[in-house]
Amino acid sequence: MSITLKNVSYRYSTGTAEEIEALKNITLTIEDGQFIGLAGHTGSGKSTLIQHLNGLLRPTEGQVLHNGQDIFEKGFDLRTYRTKVGLVFQYPEYQLFETTVLEDACFGPLNQGKTKEEAREMAKRALRSVSVPEELFERSPFELSGGQQRRVAIAGVLAMEPEVLVLDEPTAGLDPCGRTEILDLVKSLQEERKITVVLVSHSMEDIADYVQRLVVMKEGEVFLDDEPKKVFSHFEELEEIGLSAPQVTYLMQDLSAQGFGVPTDCITVEEAKEAILKAVGKC
Amino acid sequence: MGIIKTNHVSYDYVRVNDEGVEEEKERALEDVSIDVYPGSFVAILGANGSGKSTLARHLNALLAPSEGTVWVDGMDTSKEENVFPVRREAGMVFQNPDNQIIAGIVEEDVAFGPENIGVPTKDIWKRVEEALEKTGMAAYRMHSPNRLSGGQKQRVAIAGTLAMHPKCIILDEPTAMLDPGGRREVIETVAELNEKEGVTVVLITHYMEEVVYADHVFVMQDGKLAMEGPPREIFSKVEELQKYKLGVPQITLLAHELRKSGLDIPEGILSEEELAEAICRLR
Repeated sequence: MSITLKNVSYRYSTGTAEEIEALKNITLTIEDGQFIGLAGHTGSGKSTLIQHLNGLLRPTEGQVLHNGQDIFEKGFDLRTYRTKVGLVFQYPEYQLFETTVLEDACFGPLNQGKTKEEAREMAKRALRSVSVPEELFERSPFELSGGQQRRVAIAGVLAMEPEVLVLDEPTAGLDPCGRTEILDLVKSLQEERKITVVLVSHSMEDIADYVQRLVVMKEGEVFLDDEPKKVFSHFEELEEIGLSAPQVTYLMQDLSAQGFGVPTDCITVEEAKEAILKAVGKC
Repeated sequence: MGIIKTNHVSYDYVRVNDEGVEEEKERALEDVSIDVYPGSFVAILGANGSGKSTLARHLNALLAPSEGTVWVDGMDTSKEENVFPVRREAGMVFQNPDNQIIAGIVEEDVAFGPENIGVPTKDIWKRVEEALEKTGMAAYRMHSPNRLSGGQKQRVAIAGTLAMHPKCIILDEPTAMLDPGGRREVIETVAELNEKEGVTVVLITHYMEEVVYADHVFVMQDGKLAMEGPPREIFSKVEELQKYKLGVPQITLLAHELRKSGLDIPEGILSEEELAEAICRLR
């Protein structure tokens, strides 16, 4: 299912002295099955943008189209649409509220109108898919560790079996191992269930390792939109807007400037390793 | 003896039922001995659940050890009469900036600490001014903390601690909720305080990049001290760090991989420049 933003602008506090234009005339299509990274400095409009994807915010101007149909049109089933576009907010574990892990993950499916049995099945499937062990299902979510809580919260969204999964900084506050776990999980969901993933992240290294397409926002506009390699080749412009390229990109630039015949567009450790070994004749 | 010293410290989290009977006991720290010298910058690294925050809470008497002893500036933290003097000497900055800001204006927030310990009014304002100056927040003195960025809020929190004139500052994952720019801001502020003002710093984190400023690093795993040494020595043990679920910066990892492939590159590379230099030497 594709989502298209067509000339979308969004203003907070319209008609007051504090009016802020958070999105400026954005046109963007999120294709089926893509793994997309969304980056930008704090205040660049990332969060405002993702809230348009499932209709939490209504554009001040422009349209949000689902398979070509305006989601705010009369007669469009926005309620069902919202369950297809799962939004995982920052620190989603703060939104856990039920008495047990399983009941918490049932909340979404129950809201979709599923029966209790169906909801439990969907919740269990989702919890298993994020590797929450069965013995925790009846525990209070508040007794779990931070990393486990995060996974339970993500399962709560997955239980609705969305076709598009939008995650806002899903790895914030997790240790490196927890970060890899969550990102590997998201990657496998995208590959196995063919769902579309939009990942908001500050970590350029994480983005380099996972996404196929990278959208960079600047002051409410789309600044760059391309494959990560190409986006990171603009590292100087990225720095101007408070972002950066992965560490190895800088190394390759540096080596190339010093006369090494290495490609400058390496973004992962693996790529850089091969290129360097080749350049020094060890391969 | 150092300004902070723990001697064979163990700590159990005890769960009691409604009748006050012990139900479950979990050992969070096991036989931890560390020694922090006055004026040094010490980092404590560890994955989620490794016990690093529990250890931090011992360092300003928020927790008292189940076994062993903690001394801060020569005072035993388990003695009731030492609790407040210890907290005055060892200021604490927590992870979430929004949880530790209490006043409506920056200067009042910073004044809260000294006011609480009975500093005369005219001295309070002098201390506030100094603290804001040292953290680079003087220009925001009359601002509302709510309107500041995450990194700025953390600097206000650090200023609030500084205004109590502590001998050391303990920071428990102060950058976990910040974007890369905010993270740099906070770490640079802390490093400068250590260098220029001679404040002893204990930084708890799971970002290895932040450890490069430290004189000495402790690595925690399963409540125990797993490794300790200067950063370069710790960083040279890539495989061991990965075993403790700690990620290694891209550059350090790349250097390690190249070394494994037979290139003559020194251990414990921390920066992109160092690696570029080492590779250039191979020509």
